[in-house]
Amino acid sequence: MINFAALGNDLYTGKRSTDFVGRYKQWYVVSGVFILLAAIGLVWHGLNLSLEFRGGSEFRVSGVNVSQGYEQKAKDAVNSVQAAGAAEVTKVGTNTVRVQTEKLSDAQSEGVQEALGRAFGTDSQKVSASFVGPSWGASVSQKALQALVVFLALVSIVMALYFRTWKMAVAGLVALLHDLFITVGIYALAGFEVSPATMIGFLTILGYSLYDTVVVFDKVRENTSEALGNGRVSYSQAANLAVNQTLVRSINTTVVALLPIAAILVIGFVFLGPGTLLDLALALFVGIGVGAYSSIFIATPLLVHLRSKEPQMMELDKKAARYQARHGGTVSASDAAPVPHPADAVEAADAEAAREPAPVGATRTAGVVRETHRYAQSGPRNQPKRPPKSRR
Amino acid sequence: MAINPYNRKPLKVLSALAAIILGLYGLLFAASTWGQAQWKPKLGLDLEGGTQMILQPVLVGNARVTADQLNQARDIIVQRVDSNGISGAEVTTRQGSNIVVTMPGTPDKATEDAIRRSSQMRFRPVLAAAAGTNQPVPTTTPTGTATGKATGTPTGTATKTSKVPTATGTASTSAKSGLPGAFLQATTSPAAGSTSTTAPTGGATTPTGSSTKPVDASDLANVTPELSKAFQELDCSKKGVLDGIVDDPSKPLVTCSDDGAEKYILGKVEVRGDQIKDAVAGYQPLSNGQPSNIVEIRLSFNSSGTKDFAKVTKRLVSLPDPRNRFAVTLDSRVVTAPVAQAAILDGQSSITGSFTIESARQLANQLKFGALPVSFALQTRDQISPTLGSEQLRMGLVAGIIGFVLVFLYSMVQYRALGLVTVASIIIAGLLTYVAIALLGWSHNFRLDMAGVTGLIVAIGVTADSFIVYFERIRDEVREGRPLRAAVDTGWRRARRTILAADGVNFLAAFVLYLLASSNVRGFAFTLGLTTLIDLLIVVMFTHPLVALLASTKFFGGGHRLSGLDPERLGAKTVRYAGRGRVAVARPAAATTDGSAL
Repeated sequence: MINFAALGNDLYTGKRSTDFVGRYKQWYVVSGVFILLAAIGLVWHGLNLSLEFRGGSEFRVSGVNVSQGYEQKAKDAVNSVQAAGAAEVTKVGTNTVRVQTEKLSDAQSEGVQEALGRAFGTDSQKVSASFVGPSWGASVSQKALQALVVFLALVSIVMALYFRTWKMAVAGLVALLHDLFITVGIYALAGFEVSPATMIGFLTILGYSLYDTVVVFDKVRENTSEALGNGRVSYSQAANLAVNQTLVRSINTTVVALLPIAAILVIGFVFLGPGTLLDLALALFVGIGVGAYSSIFIATPLLVHLRSKEPQMMELDKKAARYQARHGGTVSASDAAPVPHPADAVEAADAEAAREPAPVGATRTAGVVRETHRYAQSGPRNQPKRPPKSRR
Repeated sequence: MAINPYNRKPLKVLSALAAIILGLYGLLFAASTWGQAQWKPKLGLDLEGGTQMILQPVLVGNARVTADQLNQARDIIVQRVDSNGISGAEVTTRQGSNIVVTMPGTPDKATEDAIRRSSQMRFRPVLAAAAGTNQPVPTTTPTGTATGKATGTPTGTATKTSKVPTATGTASTSAKSGLPGAFLQATTSPAAGSTSTTAPTGGATTPTGSSTKPVDASDLANVTPELSKAFQELDCSKKGVLDGIVDDPSKPLVTCSDDGAEKYILGKVEVRGDQIKDAVAGYQPLSNGQPSNIVEIRLSFNSSGTKDFAKVTKRLVSLPDPRNRFAVTLDSRVVTAPVAQAAILDGQSSITGSFTIESARQLANQLKFGALPVSFALQTRDQISPTLGSEQLRMGLVAGIIGFVLVFLYSMVQYRALGLVTVASIIIAGLLTYVAIALLGWSHNFRLDMAGVTGLIVAIGVTADSFIVYFERIRDEVREGRPLRAAVDTGWRRARRTILAADGVNFLAAFVLYLLASSNVRGFAFTLGLTTLIDLLIVVMFTHPLVALLASTKFFGGGHRLSGLDPERLGAKTVRYAGRGRVAVARPAAATTDGSAL
């Protein structure tokens, strides 16, 4: 078992750090490959749309003993009525067989009903037949698309207001679209059936994908404002530290979100067969997984890309470079986060060097005049503030 | 007992939450004891089973139903279904010609009829009337022998035979008790009937119009020989005799009263159902203002309806019986055919007939929401078996429990004793969600369908997400070297922002989905939004106060090894003030060894 607490410590302090932002090319390439695969899947395979979207006839034989060879039995029954009929036979639940065919005429449909009843040894009354026109699925997807557009517009406004920069909204949205596209692509490649429940799942990914991204961005925002305050780290370093600091949280939330969904998946797959439960869970499982990836590997590097050209950030980069040259240092949490006593901060914690605990302040380069802390630059030493008694 | 001042606020918040939860459960208890609420949440169609009806338009000749008509019909059916108190019903058009109504439970016959009835209400003048069965009863004799059966009331029920249905304006006093107004008017103007040819010979006498062009809808010239033949042959006591009837609004109509007691020749339609602005069912008030036991439907017409209605009533008042009556037809059958006693100019009218208060309400609703452009026949009616749904539900719940246990184990490993807080929070969230759904089922007829159940299971993980964000923040603060109590406070202040933003985005997604997506997505979106709100409530009112309370215990505050907030294990790097003049010095070595054990 990975000791997450210790990993969290190291990631938090910057002792152990993965350069998520700096190695953006790698992630972009990986995502590019995924997107390409998804596009190929969509174009070449297409989505395996369920009956609700295609339109067709569906028969359900319920209350029968679903034993070996039920598929062949059902197919034979359908073929006895309509030779060209390509029937899809699925087991639903424990005692129901679902047979889907293309659109059949009323007479054909009755014939199939009777044939299925004979084949499974039940009354043809127990074979339910239904016909679904393709317009239903089309109206569902049209509404879903409409909802998607409205949601994207609204959420970009909300994010731009919350983070006070539209660039975070853009980065978040790109990550979101990336998630959606790859999820849909995985569906196309794997040939999973897309039912209306799956559509719901796709739409829900919107919320979850952004949830992750918002949490990471919030930390980026916090680190950035600190960095702008003390000028010790560049924007990309602050952002990278934020990703590292929230990494444990990202992993934990993703695992915790995926656990119940995995439970649904396993149970749905083993006991239930296709249905709302399985369709929805599958879409969510894939989507949340991709969403966690994108919030770390895509959203933040993209954000850094977008913002690093801002004059404020360029200036910060220069300042940080000067500071780091002076201190011969690397980035640590104490540089990015508010520190009560900066003098005590452990610095220079390279992942390798840290194996030997360094004495406090030992790596501080000699000869450099120690900077007066900005708290001490103005006025008397500030006293600790206590909230008034009523607020405590 | 003195309370630690640090604990006052958390305790206050926690007791507020307890009050909320108890209040909600109390409300549910009260609602289930004195109201219609149930302790079990209401289930949707796919879980509970239900009925699917496919309605096919009844078309005359080779007319085709247009997509517009079908959509209009669907909208009206939706309103009717809603007004019947059925929720979770889905009304869709299929194949461009049928309407599919899916509803939970099994509707009774009356509800079913109410949904598919066309409810074309029309007002036509009466040209001739006779008893419903083919008995030799004279009707339009100008001598005013309109007695007994001939003026028999359309209500037809034995108890009400003495009462003549009246159409009254609000100004006129209603229900001139017992006195057959028809009789009076018929006798006072015997000359008016002279234009009609009387055939006193056996069988129902029918007026046959001259071949001249009819002046208005009440002109007997409207009655062609074919019509009178059809009228003579019509026997209202036979079942299904009106099924093949062609109801053309611009032509006279031969039809029966609703209960089959009378048959009529009616003139062309003068006022249409869509000219009705509002319809209310109630008991007719007596002259002293007390409600009587006569059920009436009060109609008010829109401006064009008012004009037409005034015109008709003005004309009818001076005509002899039965042509002074006008018939209110509903789907080609005469509901009532009262005598016009005064010209009604204000567009207010009331109709009585053989209604019960329930049927009157239903009819009023149908009139209010408008008539279907076409009438529908029931093509198929399927019962959806609840077995498949209940199996899915059972498995879903099993999956939920497994998921919950997995989350529990994972958070115990990750957060040690803090994991217990997570689990407690999820349980409280579950309690709140349950009562919210049960209450919404009662107040708004919210039904939980399979997608909703899935949403709830998924919510377990998402709810736990916000706790993780919070705990990680506390840990970060502990790593900074803050004592736990301070770490909880600062950690909370920062985590709160993040959680608010993230939950806000989630809620927005749910809200947009709920508003825009089709009905089967709605259940899911609703549970998603609900659980997001509850998640927020729990974090603020339960998790944070609880952690704040725990921070002052020795186990957590002292950073016990199993508390999940052990500063050493978290690698707190500074000298930490541990209270009472003591300091705790973190040993960097400990953190490093931990780190290398990766």
